[in-house]
Amino acid sequence: MTEIQPLPVYMRRREFDPDPELAVLREEEGVRRVATPFGVDAWLVTRFADVRAVLGDPERFSSGRDWARLFRAAGLEAMGDEELARLRAGNLLAYDAPEHTRLRRLLTPEFTVRRMRRLEPRVEEIVERHLDEMERSGSPADLVSSFALPVPSMVICELLGVPYEDRAGFQHRTSRMLDVSVPVRERVAVQRESRAYMAGLVARIRADPGEELLGTLVREHGDELTDDELIGIGNLLLVAGHETTSNMLSLGTLALLRHPDQAELLREEPERIDAAVEELLRWLGILHAGTARVTTAEVDLAGHTVRPGELVVCALTTANRDPALVPDPDALDITRDAAGHVAFGHGVHHCLGAPLARMEMRVGYPALLRRFPGLRAVDADFRTFHVVYGLTSCEVAW
Amino acid sequence: MVTAMKIRADRDVCIGAGLCLMTAEEVFDQDDDGVVVLLTPTPAPELEEKARRAVRSCPSGALSMEE
Ligand code: HEM
Ligand code: SF4
Repeated sequence: MTEIQPLPVYMRRREFDPDPELAVLREEEGVRRVATPFGVDAWLVTRFADVRAVLGDPERFSSGRDWARLFRAAGLEAMGDEELARLRAGNLLAYDAPEHTRLRRLLTPEFTVRRMRRLEPRVEEIVERHLDEMERSGSPADLVSSFALPVPSMVICELLGVPYEDRAGFQHRTSRMLDVSVPVRERVAVQRESRAYMAGLVARIRADPGEELLGTLVREHGDELTDDELIGIGNLLLVAGHETTSNMLSLGTLALLRHPDQAELLREEPERIDAAVEELLRWLGILHAGTARVTTAEVDLAGHTVRPGELVVCALTTANRDPALVPDPDALDITRDAAGHVAFGHGVHHCLGAPLARMEMRVGYPALLRRFPGLRAVDADFRTFHVVYGLTSCEVAW
Repeated sequence: MVTAMKIRADRDVCIGAGLCLMTAEEVFDQDDDGVVVLLTPTPAPELEEKARRAVRSCPSGALSMEE
């Protein structure tokens, strides 16, 4: 049985757009107390400048503070301290400095722009292989299962050193874990399964570390990292690495197909791809919100006084549609300069995988448009209850 | 005479997101640890616009400039 909870306002959408109520909130009060899926109320921040201010100030807006209390409030009372600590280990999003800095410094070298450039030819191959397969199977096809999901899944598996044969398991677990309509109890069970899976993999990699990211971490920093941390890092990268990019690829393609002038422009002038990727990131804002922060002091948010110990949620998509960031923000315009958007967050927790995600999109969209010049969207199914917005399926024809 | 722009990069603040060099490769680089390296604090006039975008894009606040 699925207990459908009312969706928090910052997750509500009309196809590509945030709920119109959010724009009103942004223009009027700026912040408001709202219900969240964690069962605790939070202050929702909607303006671009305020979102940057919150995410840029980790001392007053903490990611690590009160972590256990929040988790328990979300229905995990039954979980002991020890299990909670294990669930948290290695999850960069659940720590502040100095623990966060330590983990982040270990991982940053793996995601440099140079590294990503070296990986690019392999990503091109993976993309072409999936397009070949789509072409062979013929029109119509489900863009999600034939392209958008398998491409980033294969890329992150190869990067991390996770066997690609295991994909059905982790894809399923990820999509259940991030679906707020799935009962908390089941989401916890799935989280435990994910840890068990990654624990087995980490044990094998400890015994025989390969060249991939997890093997490199073991070889170079094996005695600085506990098994729990390696498991946490592995799971965070696996989940964040395929689910987000996958939905950007599917939703971004649909957005282009629904704006044929933009798709045409990109087909004719492929050198526009970098700007197009930034604009799609901004306009779609597939992460409705960043992870919640907790105030460590009394703070002022858009003129409201917020006490210490309160939850703060940043509505990234709404901030990306703030006229203070770009003029005419609700229009998709791949020719504009969307630099500075917060689709990857901001501040010390800014997306670690951003250079990888950008590269996958820079390769993926143009290759797809090139291969199928007559590509059109027949039908699409938007994902309503998911922490990462996107499509469950998208029938395309050519 | 017009005073040129002057860029500063704080390597302790940088989180290695690499946006700066993706935006203005002539001005910024990353070392092997992913930390920003400023190639030139005073970019040529034709690079100033790009450099300004890079400073604006930096998610960590490591980059600043004076004009
Ligand atoms: C287009 C795709 C992606 C989007 C829109 C996205 C978005 C985000 C956002 C908004 C955050 C910050 C959350 C917060 O501050 O609460 C974040 C953090 C993170 N992302 Fe991504 N992400 C994407 C792809 C990836 C990929 C491909 C990877 C891994 C390979 C990844 C790994 C991470 C990690 C590890 C963090 C935590 C960083 C930290 O706490 O220091 N992401 N992402
Ligand atoms: S954009 Fe900012 S955080 Fe990223 S590498 Fe450059 S200076 Fe560092």
